[in-house]
Amino acid sequence: MSLTPNALNYSSDNDPAIKEFNTTKLLKNARKQAEERNYKDFFICDVDSHHYETEALPEILQYMDDPVMRHLGLSAGNVGRASLIPQAIGSQDMAGRVTRYAGRNKEKVPESPHRDITLTRRWMDAMGVDVACLFPTPMLLLATHPQPEVEVNMARAYNRWLCERILEEDKRICSMVYLPMNEPHEAEKMIDEFAERKGVVGFLSTGYLKRPVHDNANMRIFAKLEEHGKPLGFHAAYHWADSSLAQLNKFISVHALGFSFCNMIHMTNWVLNGMPERFPKLKTLWIESGLAWVPFLMQRLDNEYMMRTSDAPLLKKKPSDYMREMFYSSQPMELVDNREALEVTFKMMNAESQLLYSSDYPHWDMDLPSTIYDLPFLKEQAKRDILGGNALKLFNIEPTMSDWKLEARKKG
Amino acid sequence: MPEKLLCASSDISETTAKICELEGVEIGVIRHKGTVVAYRNVCPHQGGPVCEGLKMPKVCVEFDEERRPLKQSFDTDEMHFVCPWHGWEFKIETGEALGDPKIRLNRYKVIERDENIYVEV
Ligand code: FES
Repeated sequence: MSLTPNALNYSSDNDPAIKEFNTTKLLKNARKQAEERNYKDFFICDVDSHHYETEALPEILQYMDDPVMRHLGLSAGNVGRASLIPQAIGSQDMAGRVTRYAGRNKEKVPESPHRDITLTRRWMDAMGVDVACLFPTPMLLLATHPQPEVEVNMARAYNRWLCERILEEDKRICSMVYLPMNEPHEAEKMIDEFAERKGVVGFLSTGYLKRPVHDNANMRIFAKLEEHGKPLGFHAAYHWADSSLAQLNKFISVHALGFSFCNMIHMTNWVLNGMPERFPKLKTLWIESGLAWVPFLMQRLDNEYMMRTSDAPLLKKKPSDYMREMFYSSQPMELVDNREALEVTFKMMNAESQLLYSSDYPHWDMDLPSTIYDLPFLKEQAKRDILGGNALKLFNIEPTMSDWKLEARKKG
Repeated sequence: MPEKLLCASSDISETTAKICELEGVEIGVIRHKGTVVAYRNVCPHQGGPVCEGLKMPKVCVEFDEERRPLKQSFDTDEMHFVCPWHGWEFKIETGEALGDPKIRLNRYKVIERDENIYVEV
């Protein structure tokens, strides 16, 4: 073995994988899968996908009410940006190994529609996704910003930009828009402002919040969501500075645990404080924690609940019974060598009606629709429900099909 | 097994895999340590174009005598294809996945003859 110093740059901009980057080309094998599996015959909705909103930050800031904060964001290049949206430590792209991170900036798009629409449509069409629920990326950590007023202003500006520039323009893109949960009265206003906008299929609570989800200050938020009939999504995030994760020394560790841990904390509070009993019409979607945490938490909570029912007096049934009525996004599905465990997980969570396919594209641990479609223990109808039917019901949307599928259907 | 012409010897290099199409199947072919290796350009994970990603060396850790890590280094003797979709790594020499050697890239037998590259299919 010869060990050499790190003299070479193995992910230079000149590498063909980065230099000639194009989403459609990168995902050509996904398109083959879509054609081979006849995705043209049914509707696919991706309930958790992303864009990089910081690339459009100057546009987004035009929608910000506070002129001083807007100036701050626009004034100082990256320094100014960093003061509005917390920057996460960690190499999502594995030091360039996942080429779409570096390549994306170089991808050519036509002048219109909006760059984010073109890039989103490219991966959707490659994977066979008809409708995508689009979320931001760096803003998933916005709730950790030390200034709550920054979170509120950024959230409102982003939501306005998203509705006007993206959702108005493309009926295949929808979103659960950002709720600044750290400022409940502002979150309530946000629901009133955006609940009836085109493409808004729900609202999003994300990451590490300053107050627990069951805090009394949040009750009016949940009541308002119930009134509007909009689901609440909990999009997990990792936060290395969180004291429970601070001893983990590698990105893989903090990512593997942090995403599940985040939703386990919120779910435990949500269930044991009887939120499903207090807001029985409010539907919740638990996003991007994988699936393995669900049976783990069901078993832990049920076991302790049977001994300590007096600790959770609002509950009328076991914690797992409530969890089985909630909705879950599928990615990142734990697929390595565990078919049996996966099958049990699907059964325990009533996946056929409660699970919704998600890709998380373009993030590094994205899942294709084939991760669901190729599961041997699911019948065709269950596959179609998880890939699209369950999302139609939860979001109450029309099954808008992509052009290429409609064309392919015509050809037979 | 029938041999099929893949490309000319002059088409391939040691730096990046050349992607050739044979009967609708993409094959990545590269010169590596004096021989020519060819793999199906489909990743066993979720089907990504595995031969089109970066080529990177194995990452190693050096320890001191008390088994405390000193530093990390690259071992350029062992180069990998890194699948661009999620980063699974495969030894170019054998096609084995780093994380689990039971998982392998689909390998073709290569014949280099008269300035041409053929594979057995
Ligand atoms: S498809 Fe190759 S790493 Fe996932």
